[in-house]
Amino acid sequence: MKARAFSYFRAATIEQALDAHALVGDDARFIAGGQSLVPALSLRLQAPRLLIDITHIGELRGVRREGGFLRIGALTRHCEMLSEPLIAEFAPLLQAAAPFVAHPAIRNRGTFGGSVALADPASEFPAMTLALDAEIEIAGPSGSRRIKADDFFIDLFETALQPGELITAIYVPLFKADQRFAFDEMARRRGDYALVGCGMLATCAGDRINDIRISFFSVGNTPTRVKGAEATLIGSSLNSERIAAAQAALEGDLAPPENDEVPPAMRLHLARVLLGRLLGRLGESA
Amino acid sequence: MSAPLTSLDRPNSYIGRSVPRPNAKRLLAGRGRYVSDLKLPRMLYAAFLRSPHAHAKIISIDIERARALEGVHLVATGADLAKICTPWTGTLDHFKGMTSSPQLPLPLDRVVWAGQAVVAVVAESRAIAEDALELIEVDYEDLPVVVDIDGAREAGGPLINPGSANNICFRSQLDNGTVDDAFAHAAHVVEEEFSFGRHTAVTLEPRAIVADYDPAAGMLTVHHATQTPYQFQDLYSRHYGIPEARVRVIATDIGGSFGMKLHVYHEDMAVVGLSILLGRPVKYVADRIESFVSDIHARDHRVRARMALDAKGEILAMDVLDLTAIGAFSTYPRTSVVEGNQVIRLIGAPYRFKNYRASLEVIFQNKVQTSQYRAVGHPIACAVTERLVDMAAAKVGLDPFAIRAQNVIADDAYPQTSPTGYRFEALSHQACLKRLHEMMDYDALRAEQAELRKRGVYRGIGIAAFVEITNPSPAFYGVGGARISSQDGAIVSLTPSGEVRCLISVTEQGQGTEAIISQIVADQLGLAQEHVKVVTGDTEVTPHGGATWACRGAGIGGETALRAARALKRNILEIAALILQEQPSALDIIDGEVVDAATRQQRLPIAEIARIAYFRSDTLPPGTQAQLTVGHHFAPQGYPFAFTNGIQGCSMEVDVETGFIKVLKHFIVEDCGRVINPMLVDEQLRGGIVQGLGAALFEECRYSETGQLVNGSLADYLVPMPMEMPDIVIAHVETPTADTELGAKGCGEAGTAAASACVLNAVNDALTPFGATINSIPITPAKVLKALKRF
Repeated sequence: MKARAFSYFRAATIEQALDAHALVGDDARFIAGGQSLVPALSLRLQAPRLLIDITHIGELRGVRREGGFLRIGALTRHCEMLSEPLIAEFAPLLQAAAPFVAHPAIRNRGTFGGSVALADPASEFPAMTLALDAEIEIAGPSGSRRIKADDFFIDLFETALQPGELITAIYVPLFKADQRFAFDEMARRRGDYALVGCGMLATCAGDRINDIRISFFSVGNTPTRVKGAEATLIGSSLNSERIAAAQAALEGDLAPPENDEVPPAMRLHLARVLLGRLLGRLGESA
Repeated sequence: MSAPLTSLDRPNSYIGRSVPRPNAKRLLAGRGRYVSDLKLPRMLYAAFLRSPHAHAKIISIDIERARALEGVHLVATGADLAKICTPWTGTLDHFKGMTSSPQLPLPLDRVVWAGQAVVAVVAESRAIAEDALELIEVDYEDLPVVVDIDGAREAGGPLINPGSANNICFRSQLDNGTVDDAFAHAAHVVEEEFSFGRHTAVTLEPRAIVADYDPAAGMLTVHHATQTPYQFQDLYSRHYGIPEARVRVIATDIGGSFGMKLHVYHEDMAVVGLSILLGRPVKYVADRIESFVSDIHARDHRVRARMALDAKGEILAMDVLDLTAIGAFSTYPRTSVVEGNQVIRLIGAPYRFKNYRASLEVIFQNKVQTSQYRAVGHPIACAVTERLVDMAAAKVGLDPFAIRAQNVIADDAYPQTSPTGYRFEALSHQACLKRLHEMMDYDALRAEQAELRKRGVYRGIGIAAFVEITNPSPAFYGVGGARISSQDGAIVSLTPSGEVRCLISVTEQGQGTEAIISQIVADQLGLAQEHVKVVTGDTEVTPHGGATWACRGAGIGGETALRAARALKRNILEIAALILQEQPSALDIIDGEVVDAATRQQRLPIAEIARIAYFRSDTLPPGTQAQLTVGHHFAPQGYPFAFTNGIQGCSMEVDVETGFIKVLKHFIVEDCGRVINPMLVDEQLRGGIVQGLGAALFEECRYSETGQLVNGSLADYLVPMPMEMPDIVIAHVETPTADTELGAKGCGEAGTAAASACVLNAVNDALTPFGATINSIPITPAKVLKALKRF
């Protein structure tokens, strides 16, 4: 299938991009890596009048430390998550998740900001912003703002982004010496959307978990933090009894949707198995 | 010490040698010329509006706005094309009692599956054509949808074809020996009901066609990504009323076919008609989304089967019912009942028992048509047989190898007739079984499995013996009235420079047909392989033949090339003998030189013979007419089919908490008769096995209750990928057929035939400690977890 005809504008600055969008309104789309948008255009699921290419905007690039955060520019490509030393040092959970994001050809083009903006509930990175307690920087017609990942994901493909707004960067709190992380997913084939995936970041004092954030993907309409499971672990040391309690708590945290291939009960079962395995690994990494 | 000399040590001995395929470099360098690369002057592009309903009446079609769009040249409906194209019916006479409704390029008043093409638009570009599709309005009235086998068989349920009594396409029965008696007196009976999901070919290159009708010459040229150009030449000629000699079908480079590209598709027939209506070339390339809803699907069987054994584990009888659903029509011109027919005839094929009963029921439903796809019927027949054999082994208390060794037809007992009536010339089950046992290091695998089970790791080991049907004679289609040739033709010429050109009717889709043909010609003539040019796939250039399907390329195409090359060699040596004043029998050709047959002393380059024959015939004795172009046709005689055999094995691990399966290693011992190019045979086996593993673990066309394909994209329809595929270990046993000089049978489907059966047996083996069983393919994590009652 071929996309419907559209106009194309290459923005040099954030301001130009926002202005172009304001001019055309709902019929405009920002395009960066295009790994989700281009197939949607080809399938004519979307047919915008104007594509605003933001890939040449320098301000959206680069990874750097800023205070207690790592500022990851929205245009940071998935493959850079694997190669960028600052990410390996200060956001190792993202580096751990990156090899599971699709295939190399897609990782070469897809961007971190684009993935978070689309908020596909089956994607790795949006869910990891929750586990990391990241903040999302947004530029729009009414100026710039920062919003907690916890407040960003609203419903299926629906986020706190307003029409005409653009993600400029994601701020990730710097990884600390007393923290541990774990990530894994269950996919039928390597590179596929997972049946269930999970990433977690814990702050520990010896065996004791002082804080933990656990985020699942492919379990519902949005990336999902499992606060019930987190609560069973915080303040305790990681033992088989606590792990079982956390697994049991998932029933209250998750409500997987009906699906002909993976029934809700099966997805919940897989989530429990995955949580158990990841918590086991978290314990081993002490 | 050097090894003793073999036939491979003779110069130009290419038969049996792994030589690279001559076209590989060209294709890898991006120099392939596929239909989608083709741009003809004044060419237009077609796109199709497809039905969103699985079954509906067409009330009205409004094409006015589409027709008015700038850049649109033609909007055609079923009625427009019905004026110039005669309908076709997918039945054959030798399938007694089979029915199917007549088909047209586009429907007149009713759609019968979701995705069926309804209206065609031809425009300056594909994008404009798709713009126009959005402007067409079709008013439908929903009709009851029949999607599953039970719904289709329900008495008084909705009918797919109005005027018919039921949704049955075809019924067949076999009853040999005394089945009831054997079951009544059996010491053991095992029984199971199996289901096999639909899957589809997913060729790298989708279907593609450019039809170019020249009204001035009354000539139709079709560039077509097909395995069978002659079949389509015949069909386009007859259905559009153009003399056959004025229809030219060119099959250029093809990116995979697997049986999918030899059926008549409605869009392809429509494109020919659109070109005739416009008098301009029209191109259509199916995109992936369209391929999923319009390429043929395959399998979709439910089989209930039981097996009777005596106390020692000797198989006494089998009794089988195969229900298979094929879509709303039977495919043209090869029908959609061949798969079911082969299922009931290949079941039990490796074994000695004589009492066999089978019923086949082929059923219509509101889905896209199923038809012949790689290893037609074999994976089902093999899985049913081999699972029952494993169940029987467990019941009798025998090892899977032991029960097979006890029951396979002995290698020295041929010829044999199978319980279903197939005649086997010579197979090698015992040799293959023995070789596989060694190759797998079976006893060590079993010991490791037992050890790991103690640690909560569940490995499974599965084996599956198979028989593959190849080299079909006219008994396959010809007797049923289909104009599908079982013979092939070759024209072999010596060029004026002393090289050889071979025009042959078998075709190339990436498997290396051209490579083996050039090997055979070079070998037989005594030339370096690079001096043989092979040309395939153009009905105006290459002689008429069956082309490529049912693994006939090597066995029939290869024999045709061999005999043509020998005939040309005789003619060359006749001229050489005249020039050299020798007897032809005293001469031979080695490396392009005529030599003394006894001493191998060089006498004359064949280039010199060509020069004299073509440019200085005046120097030859009076009355000599050099015949340096030879045409030869070969049709298989003797056995109606060649049969190959083999056995596969696999080792895998099941994660009993997640239901995920990891295939650790796969093994095959295969007997395809004479091996022409071991590298290409191994590639065919590996590719076939991967396709079989895809079917076993991943691939399934899933439908909703309303008949919508719910996973029709490559994101959702899971084809096997390298990360999930195991290493594949291959060994060969060679039992050449005596029906041909070459002795080759065929190898393209052997891998697919038994891979899924092997996996089924291995998974069930892994689940034995839990008392859980699986009887359904593909084996998904959901099915494993269900069997283990984990959710």
